This record gives sequence, structure tokens and C-alpha cells, in this order.
Amino acid sequence: MSVVGERLQPTLFERSRPGRGGDKIPHPPKDALDRLPAAARRKTPPALPEINEPEVVRHYVNLSQLNYAIDTGFYPLGSCTMKFNPKLNEWAARLPGFATLHPLAPDEVAQGTLQLLWELEGILAEISGMQAVTLQPAAGAQGELCGILMIRAYHRSRGDTERDEVLVPDSSHGTNPATATMAGFRTITIPSAADGGVDVEAFRAALGPRTAAVMITNPSTLGLFERRIGDLLDAVHEAGALAYMDGANLNAILGRFKPGEAGFDVMHFNVHKTFSTPHGGGGPGAGPVGVGDKLLPFLPSPRVLKADDGSFRLERPHERPTSIGRLRSFVGNTGVLVRAYAYLRAHGGSGLRQVSDDAVLAANYLKHRVGAAYQIPYDRPCKHEFVASAAAIKHRTGVRTLDIAKRLIDHGFHPPTIYFPLIVEEGMLIEPTETESVETLDAFADALIAIAAEAETDPETIRSAPHTSPVRRLDEALAARHPNLRWRGMVGADTPCPD
Amino acid sequence: MLEALGIADVDALFDDIPVPLRASRLDLPEPQPELELAARLEGLAARNRTDLASFLGAGVYRHWTPPAVDQLLLRGEWYTAYTPYQPEISQGTLQSIYEYESLIGELMDLDVVSASHYDGAAATAEAALMTCRATRRTRVLVSRAVHPHYRQTVAAYFGGGLEVDEIPLVADGESAGTTDLAALERLLADPDRPVAGVLAGHPNFFGLLEPMPEIGRLAHAAGALFVAVVEPVSLAVLAPPGSYGADIAAGEGQPLGIAPQYGGPYLGLLASTDALVRQIPGRLVGMTTDVDGRRAFVMTLRAREQDIRRDKAASNICTNQALLALAASIYIATLGPHGLRDVAALGAARAAELELALAAVGAPRLHPGPYLNEFAVRVPRARDVHRRLLDRGVLAGLALADIEPDDETLADALLVCATEVTTSDEIARFAAALGDVLAGRPSIGPEFGAGAESSERPRAGAGSPR
Repeated sequence: MSVVGERLQPTLFERSRPGRGGDKIPHPPKDALDRLPAAARRKTPPALPEINEPEVVRHYVNLSQLNYAIDTGFYPLGSCTMKFNPKLNEWAARLPGFATLHPLAPDEVAQGTLQLLWELEGILAEISGMQAVTLQPAAGAQGELCGILMIRAYHRSRGDTERDEVLVPDSSHGTNPATATMAGFRTITIPSAADGGVDVEAFRAALGPRTAAVMITNPSTLGLFERRIGDLLDAVHEAGALAYMDGANLNAILGRFKPGEAGFDVMHFNVHKTFSTPHGGGGPGAGPVGVGDKLLPFLPSPRVLKADDGSFRLERPHERPTSIGRLRSFVGNTGVLVRAYAYLRAHGGSGLRQVSDDAVLAANYLKHRVGAAYQIPYDRPCKHEFVASAAAIKHRTGVRTLDIAKRLIDHGFHPPTIYFPLIVEEGMLIEPTETESVETLDAFADALIAIAAEAETDPETIRSAPHTSPVRRLDEALAARHPNLRWRGMVGADTPCPD
Repeated sequence: MLEALGIADVDALFDDIPVPLRASRLDLPEPQPELELAARLEGLAARNRTDLASFLGAGVYRHWTPPAVDQLLLRGEWYTAYTPYQPEISQGTLQSIYEYESLIGELMDLDVVSASHYDGAAATAEAALMTCRATRRTRVLVSRAVHPHYRQTVAAYFGGGLEVDEIPLVADGESAGTTDLAALERLLADPDRPVAGVLAGHPNFFGLLEPMPEIGRLAHAAGALFVAVVEPVSLAVLAPPGSYGADIAAGEGQPLGIAPQYGGPYLGLLASTDALVRQIPGRLVGMTTDVDGRRAFVMTLRAREQDIRRDKAASNICTNQALLALAASIYIATLGPHGLRDVAALGAARAAELELALAAVGAPRLHPGPYLNEFAVRVPRARDVHRRLLDRGVLAGLALADIEPDDETLADALLVCATEVTTSDEIARFAAALGDVLAGRPSIGPEFGAGAESSERPRAGAGSPR
């Protein structure tokens, strides 16, 4: 194994040399720790790297340059909504008044942030048509857990303890069934209808006195609006169950469809998708949850309250005994919520509707262009994303969707989401978002069309792609067979402290 | 684009929304230009008070964060990247996560570190769930001296049918405020209700050191796993979880270079022994090679994750706190092992100074046992005193009755902490103001900001908000 390729970097541990770094913190008195029992103290210092700041900085700048990012190029990852992250939002979250505020600071110290959170709850309630919103969940998946635990509490509060099933369509995000399991439910998976939509009859057959909830993503993960959603919601409620909406695809329907108005009982928002907060290489996000009347009493605690005198406060412990409690410490990922608030105020009501109009127009335009070379399994107007399939290319040339995705890297694009949802053969889920120019959309379509042509003439070049990235395809089997999850044996380990 | 699609209006693309279900108008304010919005945001931020001498910790701590941390975090290649599902163009994120796993593994003295959870509370809840999956038992024991928010989070995560019992604390004597070992032994002895995991905090919520080796021995003797809930900076000087037999460690990574920002985003630390690698939830990054033999990094052991296993996954976690894990790594790399030790030791020294100053004005410690940099003091009518100190520019820690209103033993107590950014001047101001309030002397104007020394200090708590 060569240690480092041309652009690759040694690890922090290989850069370490004894005695380097430090001088950030004044030295404490020598006896600072003498009052601690010897048995409670570390025997040897941790073997952490010793590096001077200039080298730390170069390490992380050089590493960063191995990454693809929205700030470097087009990121058409379906279901992930990789839109531009406005820079004003980063500035706002770093304002000292927001950044240095302790989460247990008394309410009177925190009025600015509390006001922002209270206003943000109101904006999200208006967008979703829900009665109230909690900002506590740290991510969409935690929002789902929050929603399903509230549904559990609702049924139990009515003495309805036999409901132990959650229904999800087979096109759902993996988080939906995983959430149901975490909350103590059994998942029943319902196949999609031939047109890609929910099969209302199949749902009707599965609904019953054991159904606690139905989890629906609308628009679906195929990028299609569920035209029969009204019938489905009626059937869910007739069965005494509640309807959860996975809000991952909200970017398609701002100002066009309010889930609460339509009859959903609960939904989560992914602010790191719809409301432009950065993905951070995997997180953080925030997953606020909106509820209708039925679930209002069960919202997690603490809520943000506004008093008659116009001041704001947090709910006190045990103030609302019906609450499901808390899903994390403190209030929520407030720093992320400041960014979302800035985005929402920048756009306002008219701007948000324009966001969805532009996102949907961009997706339909791209679908139209990509359709010249790929199959479009569900060829009706899509919402913010669409599925294309390379099944015909694969049968003809042996080139798979995975290969096409990797070849896109050589054209300077991040691949779309591939093989999801699982119900489309050789599928790719493409979501352009509203923040891309038509020139970028055209360049991406041209690249996909060129690769389709290349599959006929030079399939091997595609199958061995990418060719221009810092590393090429990885041995994932080796990584799983012999897991190496942690560096051992650092140079300079066990250096005694210099005092 | 409309022309290419042969439509006159974008409304045609929304025809599939049934007419009765179409949204009412969005009743929201008009769009705001950047200049006006910036002023609005500055106005809101300015409504938060930042002028207080703060002794508030209780799970979130002010530290000096080298500016390198936030400047590196602001590179778009880091914060605008997605989860590294395409490893060929994500080696920066992947290597940084591998390094994070290594750094935290070294601090914890454990083998496997997940690529981050939402916060310390969620990581603790996930640790509790891990013990149930690994032992196929359904009951965990949580020390009452684990942070109340963490205990409440475990309870909520266990709402789906698993059981949580609390281990009481020693009421008085040398071990007051720490986990009651005799009570733990009794709770573990019930043959009809076998225990999956025992959770204890170290330092615990009151800042006290717990008898971790003994708790671990009792847990293991009953066939249960042992979960240590830890604070990472303390691990520069305290024995790490792996050294005293913890199977799992969870904790809040906020002290590692992450700003308080009213609750998050923070960093849930979760680590375990190799034996539990298939039970640990969240992403893992491992080392491998590419087809040309170059060293490279990739997400691995993914059969634990929700997008692969759906309802059989180890957790539903998807989005995590990757950027905060990066912040913690840069913080540790910038400070180095000796810098991190200095942070912990200087905090301990400041706290000892604070203890003396408060005792001198009539606020002695509530518990006698050893602590690192946080402790409770006995103050009559603590909530009222806390409020009156606020008027004098001092945030006097946490009135414990505000977070544990049902515990009468905590009615007259403040939980206070000091770190390396706490100044002697601030300590003197706190003690003087507390002395005045306890003696019933009136305030003679704002005491804070008066000392010449305070203006020379770096601004406390300024750090990376991400």
C-alpha cells in the first residue's frame, strides 16, 4: 500500500513530532490536580498528535480540497436538496449574541434567540398548515421518532393500546421503517402502484385496528405528487390511525400544498434540505416537527411560549405533563435554526412559492433533456426531482447506473442518488434545485447524454471511471472484512508533559 | 425552459395537486433584502445579554477556541459537502472522520467511535439502546447523577416499551451526591428483571467523581454492560473509560471547540469496545485502498444503517453532526495533548479558587467529594439569589431547583463551574456580589467590567458556532 498519492495527505498522526504545538493556554499551577485522588487520574497522557498550527492549517485546507461541495459544483442528489447555502446565514449564526448564549441562561438573558425561535415556529406552522411546531429534533430522523412517539402517546391516552403497526410504502426513506422499530412498532411495507403512486387499495386492505400510523413522503421519492392523497388520508383516519408526512421533499410544494390543511396529522421539516442550512459533510441538520390538534398536547418539552407582556420564555420542567418529554438536551440545534430563519425571512411568502416553482421547473426541464438518452419510467410532470433509468443501456452495453454515476465525476459533476428508490431498475434520482442556472442544467444533461453515447463506443472507460478524482474506486470489501477504524501507534505517543 | 417544455406557465406543472387540496395563500412577511435582514438579525442577537460574568456549565462549557478552528470550518469544501457516499470525491471528509474516530478513541481508550450523534443526550440514549440489543435484555439502570436532560432523553427513547430505573444517590457523608453502590447492587439483584446496562456520569451532573471501577464491576457481575457518560476535556487528566472497564462511553463533545449557541448544534460522542462494533449506531469510516493501491477511506460496516437495513437497522440515524466532529478534531489537533491537559488543569485550578471565594462569603460546597471544575454550593433561597445576582452582572451558575424542581435536597443549591477562561476578577465579582446579596446589602451599581484586568483577557466563550 503506498502511503500517500499525489494529492492525498498523511494523517494527523503521521505529521506528529514530539514537542510541537501548544502555547494556546497559560500553564496551570503545578499543583492544580493534586487534590484529585491518584486512582481517578490518567496514568499516561493521551497519545494525541503534536503539530504546529501552520501544519494543522495546511492539513485541513489540503484535505478540504479532496472534497466535492456545493460551493465547488453541481450536486444533483435526489432526495437531498443540495441547494446553495447563503453566506449571510453563516454570518448570522456567528453573531456573538447568538453564538455565545448558554442554553440554560435565564429567559430574560435570551430574549433575542427566544423571539427568533418563536417566530420561526410560526413561519413553519404557516408553511405546513399545522397548528404548532417543535424545533427540538436535531435531524429529520429524530423528527420522525418525535412524531411516532407522539402518535404512540396519542393512542395510549385514548386507551387504544392494541395499535402496534406502522404502514410505509416500499418507496419510503429507510429512516421511516427504522424509526417505527425504534418506537416499538412493527413495519408493514406496502407495494407501490404501477404508476409509481401509493396503492390506495393495498393500503386500505392493510389498515385496521392495529394500525397506529401511516408514513408517507409527498411528493414521493419518485418525485411524483400523490394524486390520491385525499383518499388515502380519509382511509387512514377512518381506521383510527394517524398520518405522518415525511417532509424531505417539501422543496417541491411550498405555497402549493399545506400538509396540515390537507389532513396530515404530523410532519417533519428538514431545514438542511428545504431551508438551505449546510449539510456539513453529513450534518448537522435540524428536524422541526409540526402537528395538528390531535398531537398538540404531546409535543416535546420545552416549548417556546410568549407571555401577555410580549416577552418569551421556555416551558418549565413538568409544566405540561402530557408531553412525550425530551429527545435531546436543551432546546434544539439553535445555530442551525438561526440560519433557517434567515433564509425564510429573506424569501418571505412570495419568495418561498417562487422557490418551489423554480425547483419544479428546473427538474422538469432536466427530465425533458435527459429523456433524450435515458428512460423516464414515470413520464408525467414531476415535482422537484425525477427518476431516470439506464436499464436499456445496461442491457445493451453492460454499463450500469453505478458506472455512469462514477463517469459523471470525470465530467466535473457530483453523481445523482442511485438505486433509490429500490423499485426502479438501474434508477437515478436527480434533483437540480432552484439555485442552479440553466447553463449548469444544460451542461449536466450534455454530460449524461455524452456518457450514454460513450457506453456504445467505449464502455470500458465508463466501467473503470472515475479517472480524474483524487482516488479511484475503493476496495469496500477489504474495509468491511478487516475493519481499520482507528489509527494505532502514533509517533510521539506517551511523551511526558513538559512540566 | 417553459418553451422547451411546451407550456405557457409553471402552474401547468402543479396540475396533479387535487383542487380541493391546494394550499391557501402563504401568509408570511414579504421578502427582505440582505441589508435589512442583516440589521434585523443583529437586532435580535443584541437582545441576548452577553455582558455577564458566567459560572454556568451544567453540561455546556465556555472554552477558548483557537480561531483556526472556525476559519477552517468556514471553507465551503467542508460545510457545503454532503455525506461522503461518493468516496472518490469525498476523501477530505472521510479522512477527517477517520482521524476523529482515532482522536476520540484515544481520549476514551476505546476501539470504535461512531462518526457522531446529535448531542450528549442522544448519544447516551443510543448507548442505552445498544446495551439492550447486545444483551437481549430490556431494562437499564441510570444513575440519578447523570444530567437530567440525558435521563429524560433515555426515558423518551425507551418510550417504545423498554424499561428505565434510576439508581439513587448517596444522601450524606463523604460520598454524598454520587451513585449509591449498595442500591445499585440491590437493583441488579432482581432475577426477574435482568439488567442490560448500567449508566453513570463521570464527572457526574454535580461535578463529582464517581467510583467508576466499582460501578463497572457490579454491572459486569450481573451480566450487564457498563456505560460511562463522560466530558471529553476531563479525559486529558482523568482515567479514560476503557481503563476502568466501560464497554461503551457516551458524552457531549461541545467543550471541544464548539460554541454554546443556545443548545446546538453540538456533538454526541459514542464509543465502544470492538466486541460491540456491530451494535454501534451511526456511520463508521475505515481505511482501505483504491484499485490502484492508494490508501483511502470509506464508510464501512454499513449493514447496521437504516438506508440498507430499514426496519432491522441499529438506529434510524441518518444526518449526524459531522461538521462538529471536524471542529472537535481541529480543536484537539491545534491544542495537542499538553494543551488539552492545560485546559483541564487550569479549569480545575480556577474552580478551586472559586470554591474558596464562595465559601468565604457563606456559600460552602453541598457535597464533600472530589470534583474537577464544577461543584454545587449551598445557598439559601437559591433561585431568588440567582436572580438578584443577574441584576449585578453575574450569571451564578444554575439554580438546581430550576432543573430538578422535585428534588427537595437541591432546593437551596447553585451548580457553578470554572474553566480556563474564568478570570480571578470574575471570581472576585461573583463572591462580592453573593456576599452582598446574602448579607442583604443593596447593589451599588454594576460591578462587572470594572477591573483593568478583565479587558486584557480574551473574550470568553467566543468560538466556532458550528
